[in-house]
Amino acid sequence: MLGFFTQSAIRGGIHAEQHKIETCAAPIVRNFPLPKKLYIPLQQHVGKPAEPIIKVGENVLKGQLLAYSQGMVSAPVHAPSSGIILDVNDYPAPHPSALPIRMIVLETDNKDEWITAAQIEDPFLLTPEDIILRVGAAGIVGLGGATFPTAVKLNMGRENQIDTLIINGAECEPYLSCDDRLMQEHAAMIIDGVRLMLHGMNTENAVIAIEDNKLLAFHAMQSAATPFSSIKVIQIPTRYPMGWDRQLIRYVTGKEVPVGSRSSEIGVTIHNVGTAYSVHNALRFGHPLLSRVITVAGGAVKRPMNVEVPIGTLISELFEFCEVSVNDIARLVMGGPMMGDSLPHTSVPTVKATSGLLALTQNELKDGDEQPCIRCASCISVCPAGLRPLDMANNIRINQLDAAVDLGLKDCISCGCCSYICPSNIPLVQYFKYASGEVIARQQAQHKSEQTKRLIESRNERMERIAQQQREEEQARLAAKAERERLKAEQEALL
Amino acid sequence: MIKRLKPRSGAHVGSNTTISHIMWQVMLALMPATAFGFWCFGWPALNLFIITVCSAMIFEAFCLRLAGKIAIPILMDGSAALTGWLLAMTLPPWAPWWIGVIGSGLAIILGKHVYGGLGQNLFNPAMLARVALLISFPIEMTTWANVSPLFFSNSPGIIESWHITFSGLDNIDAHTGATTLGFIKTEFSQNKVLSNILEDISGFENFIGWQRGSLGETSTLLIGLGGIWLIRQNIIHWQISASLLVTALVLATIFHSIDSQHYISPFLHLNSGGLMLVAFFIATDYVTSPNTPTGQLIFGACCGLLIFVIRTWGAYPEGAGFAVLLMNSATPLIDYYIRPRIYGRDRNGKPLEISK
Repeated sequence: MLGFFTQSAIRGGIHAEQHKIETCAAPIVRNFPLPKKLYIPLQQHVGKPAEPIIKVGENVLKGQLLAYSQGMVSAPVHAPSSGIILDVNDYPAPHPSALPIRMIVLETDNKDEWITAAQIEDPFLLTPEDIILRVGAAGIVGLGGATFPTAVKLNMGRENQIDTLIINGAECEPYLSCDDRLMQEHAAMIIDGVRLMLHGMNTENAVIAIEDNKLLAFHAMQSAATPFSSIKVIQIPTRYPMGWDRQLIRYVTGKEVPVGSRSSEIGVTIHNVGTAYSVHNALRFGHPLLSRVITVAGGAVKRPMNVEVPIGTLISELFEFCEVSVNDIARLVMGGPMMGDSLPHTSVPTVKATSGLLALTQNELKDGDEQPCIRCASCISVCPAGLRPLDMANNIRINQLDAAVDLGLKDCISCGCCSYICPSNIPLVQYFKYASGEVIARQQAQHKSEQTKRLIESRNERMERIAQQQREEEQARLAAKAERERLKAEQEALL
Repeated sequence: MIKRLKPRSGAHVGSNTTISHIMWQVMLALMPATAFGFWCFGWPALNLFIITVCSAMIFEAFCLRLAGKIAIPILMDGSAALTGWLLAMTLPPWAPWWIGVIGSGLAIILGKHVYGGLGQNLFNPAMLARVALLISFPIEMTTWANVSPLFFSNSPGIIESWHITFSGLDNIDAHTGATTLGFIKTEFSQNKVLSNILEDISGFENFIGWQRGSLGETSTLLIGLGGIWLIRQNIIHWQISASLLVTALVLATIFHSIDSQHYISPFLHLNSGGLMLVAFFIATDYVTSPNTPTGQLIFGACCGLLIFVIRTWGAYPEGAGFAVLLMNSATPLIDYYIRPRIYGRDRNGKPLEISK
């Protein structure tokens, strides 16, 4: 009740059923058999896709560069194991549409033979620029799910001279526990990665924020961080979406990131614990990002687990390993159950962004018939962004997209709290995603028609100009002719 | 084997709360006050209640069929039953059967379905029907039965109760009287002062509900308990109830302390008429109240103000229904102006200044 009078640091949010207990107690499984074929997408990150530099039929070693990053925002892709390149072609993407995207198909030779990496003695002797270069070359992207190239983000942090690095160990999505296990098992390595990131950004302070439902992880991280006074490990309340970067920034620093700005502009940058772990691997051992820990869970999974999987493994193979009863799957989700994408089938590969794979059964889903909105305003009270989902949805339903944009459609983060809480089963996020796509499509169509109009206008202008020119030439020609005739007449008269 | 699944956006999981779950919780919270009403006013009250609720459901089914929908699953959400229930709570307990039927018809057809059904109505259906009945049938709507508890000698038997419900009372004056607020209003018009008027009225009896009044409105205690339970269950928002009661009671306290002979005490305000029922069950209706906490505080405070004004200076002894309807019509306006602040923006929707 006091929430109204005191400006609460946490806005909105829900207490979802955790479902983490099934996977968070057992260690990360490391003996996943190397798949025969790996399907490695060239775009596993925000930005431009990587450009392949290998040829079909070429032999590659584990850790070898397969495709280099191009452009300012991009990330390279490496071979997760040794073998031969079978194909570079379009295959179904791990995306709700499963439309084909460009992938490298690698047939593994089971030798798992490493490429010889350059030895690094002490990465702390490297310059910050060098650290960031190496992070970029290792193909590291934000492993929390956003997949923004880490090197680019570190650079922004360094250029803006940020004062705090926040490490996101919230893992607020239900079911997922891969970050939890990583923190429990590799706390020292994560702390090392955090220190390297601080070094790379020339920054002093780091705050590692962990939800208070992960006590073991918190203690492990705290004891690993004790020697370093600049790294603080804190507990944050368990409340989805605590791991939304902007929510966490407000909770930790009390500052809000203005709309349209990056967090580094207010002196903060935020990275995931898994990213810090990968930074450690890249700088201490020269290992690029080749595999990741994935939580496989859900009612249809007989052996739910956290498992380390090479990038490019087909979900079907992973599901076989975890003994998933495929016929019980009512929905296949990549990521968490709140914001994850539902996939149409299992013949798509895991990527750098795959934090979880959920094989959900019908009775785990919220899948009832849509009923009329009773304006209960639950969606307003749970929205962490301060939007009014019910009014936005009402406007979208009658195709008034401009009104929805005015209400803040573009500030929606698709966290799913409104869909979660709605007693009428209205798929609010679906409405908002549809509307956002439609708004962009309409803008593009309008842009196109304006472009066409401009082209037609300039063509008309050009034609008019040409006609004008022709008229002038004609007149000049007539004038010259008259002049000639006049001269001729004069000469004749003289004769 | 490739099994194709239909993709959908998140959230893939969700809470178990449904519309019918909400409606049933509200009905559960109404149960004690309703049962107390049955006991106080006997079988005729139960007859009227059953008639009102059943006719509300029949009208709902009729409207749904007219709209080409399948009635049974929508009826099961409980919203029509709840509307009928709330309406019955506000009717004089011994009112004839047709009051319940006409009231339900007004509530469901005119109050709800002409707007497009559940969630679309501008006015609270039960209050709309209550006010329409009061204006159209002032005699029946102000004939208040004496408290005559069930199983005591002066309570009508089952056969007699059918007689009361279906063909009316024979000896009206012997069994009926005025409500506390109505009595005070009449006495004021004869230039009496409160210290004389209130000689026979017990504050404690009013509090537990031992007084003449609408079927389910009399017991401040039981309605309050149900309402607080609903707030604890997160079904209703505390903002409306609290601001409504606080505003009405603060105004009453101010005026009562200025002139205690002409302005009734806040305690009497609280324990008479529909104030409690309105504060916890009517004004808190999701559909017809604002949807932001600040908006709800404004809405509740204005309801409280209007109730006090109508009770004190209006022609009617009770103003809760009118107050709620007036404020219902202001709800879209409140929702238009009172909006939550969006993250990273100021109150006007402009991005925040960068503060480093």
